[in-house]
Amino acid sequence: MPDKKRKKDLTFAQKLYLPEIFKGLALTFKSMLKPSVTMEYPEVKFVPPAAYRGRPVLVEEKDGTERCVACGLCSRVCPALAIEVQPEETELEKERYPKLFEINMIRCIFCGFCEEVCPEEAIVMSKDYELVFTSREDAIYGKDKLLVPVDQLKDRLEFLRNFK
Amino acid sequence: MPKLTIDEKEIEFKQGQTIIEAGKDNGIEIPHFCWHPKLSISGNCRVCLVEVEKMPKLVIACSTLASDGMVVHTQSEKTIKARNAVMEFFLINHPLDCPICDEAGECKLQDYAYSHGVGESRFDEEKVHKRKRVELGPRIMFDAERCISCSRCIRFSDEIAKENQLTFVKRGDRVTITTFPGESFDNPYTLNTVDICPVGALTSLDWRFKTRVWETSSTESVCIGCSRGCNTEIWVRNNKILRLTPRQNEEVNETWMCDHGRLNTFKFVNEEDRVDGPHLNKNGELVKVEWNEAYSTAFKKLKEFKPGEIAFIGSAYATNEDNYALVKFAKSLGVTNIDFLRHTIPGDQDDILIREDKTPNTVGALLMGVKPLAGGNGSKQIIELIRSNKIKALYVMEDDLIGDDSEMEKLLSKLNLLIVHASNFNKTAQLAHVVFPASTYAEKHGTFVNFQNRIQRIKPAVATEEMDRTLDGMSQSRWDKFGSKYDRWMQGKKFDANPSWKIISRLSGQSNQQLKYDTADDVFEDIAKSVTELKSLDLDDLGNQGVELGSQKVGSAKTVNSELS
Repeated sequence: MPDKKRKKDLTFAQKLYLPEIFKGLALTFKSMLKPSVTMEYPEVKFVPPAAYRGRPVLVEEKDGTERCVACGLCSRVCPALAIEVQPEETELEKERYPKLFEINMIRCIFCGFCEEVCPEEAIVMSKDYELVFTSREDAIYGKDKLLVPVDQLKDRLEFLRNFK
Repeated sequence: MPKLTIDEKEIEFKQGQTIIEAGKDNGIEIPHFCWHPKLSISGNCRVCLVEVEKMPKLVIACSTLASDGMVVHTQSEKTIKARNAVMEFFLINHPLDCPICDEAGECKLQDYAYSHGVGESRFDEEKVHKRKRVELGPRIMFDAERCISCSRCIRFSDEIAKENQLTFVKRGDRVTITTFPGESFDNPYTLNTVDICPVGALTSLDWRFKTRVWETSSTESVCIGCSRGCNTEIWVRNNKILRLTPRQNEEVNETWMCDHGRLNTFKFVNEEDRVDGPHLNKNGELVKVEWNEAYSTAFKKLKEFKPGEIAFIGSAYATNEDNYALVKFAKSLGVTNIDFLRHTIPGDQDDILIREDKTPNTVGALLMGVKPLAGGNGSKQIIELIRSNKIKALYVMEDDLIGDDSEMEKLLSKLNLLIVHASNFNKTAQLAHVVFPASTYAEKHGTFVNFQNRIQRIKPAVATEEMDRTLDGMSQSRWDKFGSKYDRWMQGKKFDANPSWKIISRLSGQSNQQLKYDTADDVFEDIAKSVTELKSLDLDDLGNQGVELGSQKVGSAKTVNSELS
C-alpha cells in the first residue's frame, strides 16, 4: 500500500515551527485589543431579558394582596408537581385566595407552564436565577418568598401581553 | 317490545319511556341539564333537542315519549347546530368564574361547553349581574350569576325532600331562585341540591373553597349516621377527609343522603382528640406506650379476674368483623356478660332516609352474637352488677358509655379494670386503665348490616400508621401516586390506630390460635363459616351495592358506577 496522506501530517512550513507560533501570537494580541465580553459575575450581575424564565413568582397587587385566586391550574399543569395551592374564602370581590402557596424549587423545572396556564396573570417567571438552599425544607418557597410587587414584574407582564 | 332507532341503532324500550330514558338504558347519552332521572320532567333547558324524522321541528328528548318505529338523530347537522346555539345562549350570562368556582372539574356546563359548545362567544355586551353570595340556608350558599335556571333544586325540595322551599322569581334574564318569604332552605336534605346542581350555583358552605376535586381521591364507603347505611364516597386529600357524597344504590338511598350524615360523620376522623397510639393509665394519667406493653398489660390484668367478674360491651358502630372477634374473645375467656348499647333517638325518623337508630350496624352486632351468652347478663344488668361490685372488669369496644351521664361516670370509676377501644378520647376512654386506639370506619375494611338486612362493605379511605396507600390498594389521588415522603402534601397525619378485630387478635394471639387473623377478609371468612345468615358469603359477593341477607345467590354481586348527574 502507498503511503496515504493524512490530515495530521505537517507541511514543510509547519515543520519550521516559528511561523506558526507567530501566527498564533498575532491572534492573541489582536483579541487583547478587542473589547471584553466576559461578565465579572458575581461582582457584575447579569440582567436577563424579559423572555428569560427565572424562578416563578406570584404577583402582588399594589394594595398588598395577591392577584392569585387559588384556582389550582398551575398546580395541575405542573409536570413536576412542584406547586401546592390551598384555597380559602376571602371577603374581597374575588372570593377566593391562596391560604397556602408553595413551590418546591427542587422539583421546579422552569418550564413556564404555570405562567402559561394562569387565567389571572398571577404567576409569572421572574428574572431571578440565583437559587441557593442548603436543605430540602429551605427549597420550598412559601408566599413570603413568592410574592413580588407588580412594579418589579412589569417587564415580564408586558412581554406576555405582546407575545403570548 | 317496541323499538325505536337512535343514530342508526335500533333499540328496544319500555312503553312510556321518553327518548332520553330509552337512550340512557342503551348507553346513548343525550345531553341534558334540567332532566334528572329521579325528578319530574321540566323541559326548560332545551339542550336535549333532537331531530325526529317526520316531525316538523326539533323536539326535546326528555319529554317526548318514545314510540314504535320512531327514528331519532342526535348527531345530525340540524341537531348539533341547535345544541350549539343553546350552549351559546347559556354561556351569554354565565360568568367566566371557573377559576374561582368550586364546581370546576365536576361541572356539567363546563363539560358540555367543551363537548357541545362552539368555543367562542359573539356576545360583546355586559353580562347580567346578580348577587354572588346568598345564604339560602344554614348549609347552602347560592351564587345567582352562575345559575342556569334548570329548576332541579326546586323540584328536588318539592318532590324528594317533600318541603317546597324554593321558587323562581322575576323573569327573562333577571330570573333567580329564592326561598319563600321568611323561610330558610333548611330541610334535612338540602345538600343533595349541591350534587344535582349542574353548575356551581349552589355550593356547600362546609366544602366550598377547601380544595379542587381533582386533587382528592374518592373511596366507596357507607355512612355511619344511622341504620340506613347510605352508600357514600369519601373524598380525601393528604390523608384528610374533606367531604362525603352519596353514591347510587337503588335499594338503599337511591342517590341521596341526609345533611346530618354528610356533615357529621367524618370530622372526628381527623380531629385533634384522636387516640394516637395505645395508652396506659400510670399514676392516674394516661401515658402513651408501645403496643406490646399495652397488649401484655391488658391481657395480664384481664386474667386476674374470674370470668363472672368481667363484662364485654360490643358496639353497633363497629363492623361485623370487630364484633365477631370480640364475641369470640369473650367466649375464649369464658365470659358470658356481653351486650351492646342501642343509640336511638325516638321520633327522629322520616319516610325518606333518616332512621331512629343512629348506629349503622345494630342488625350486624346481633347477628355476630353480641348479646348475653347462656347465663350472662345484658347491658342493664351489667350496670347493676358494677354498682354492686360484682363486675369488676369491663371491656368496652368503640362506644362511649358515659356521654353526658355523670352518674355513669362515677359508676365506671369504681371499676378495677376498664379496657377501652376508642377512636377519640371520649369520657369513657379518659377513665380507662388501658386505651387501645381503634381505627375509624374510614380507616378499615369491614362490613355493616343495615336495617333492611343488607350487608354492605366499607373500604379504607384514610391510612393509619400501619397502612400504605399504594401497597394496600387504597384509592389514590394524583398527588398520592407521584409524591415522595419529602413532599409536604404527602405528610398528612397518620394516626397510630388499628381496627378492633386486629387489636383483639393480637391481644389474645399469644394464647389463642383461633383468633389469629391477618386481614379483615380472614375474619369475614370465619364469620361466613359460623354465622348461618352469612353462610357461604364471600366479600367479593358484596360488590359495591351489598347483598340482602337471606336472598344471597351466587353471582348476585352488583357493581354500579354512579352516573346520575
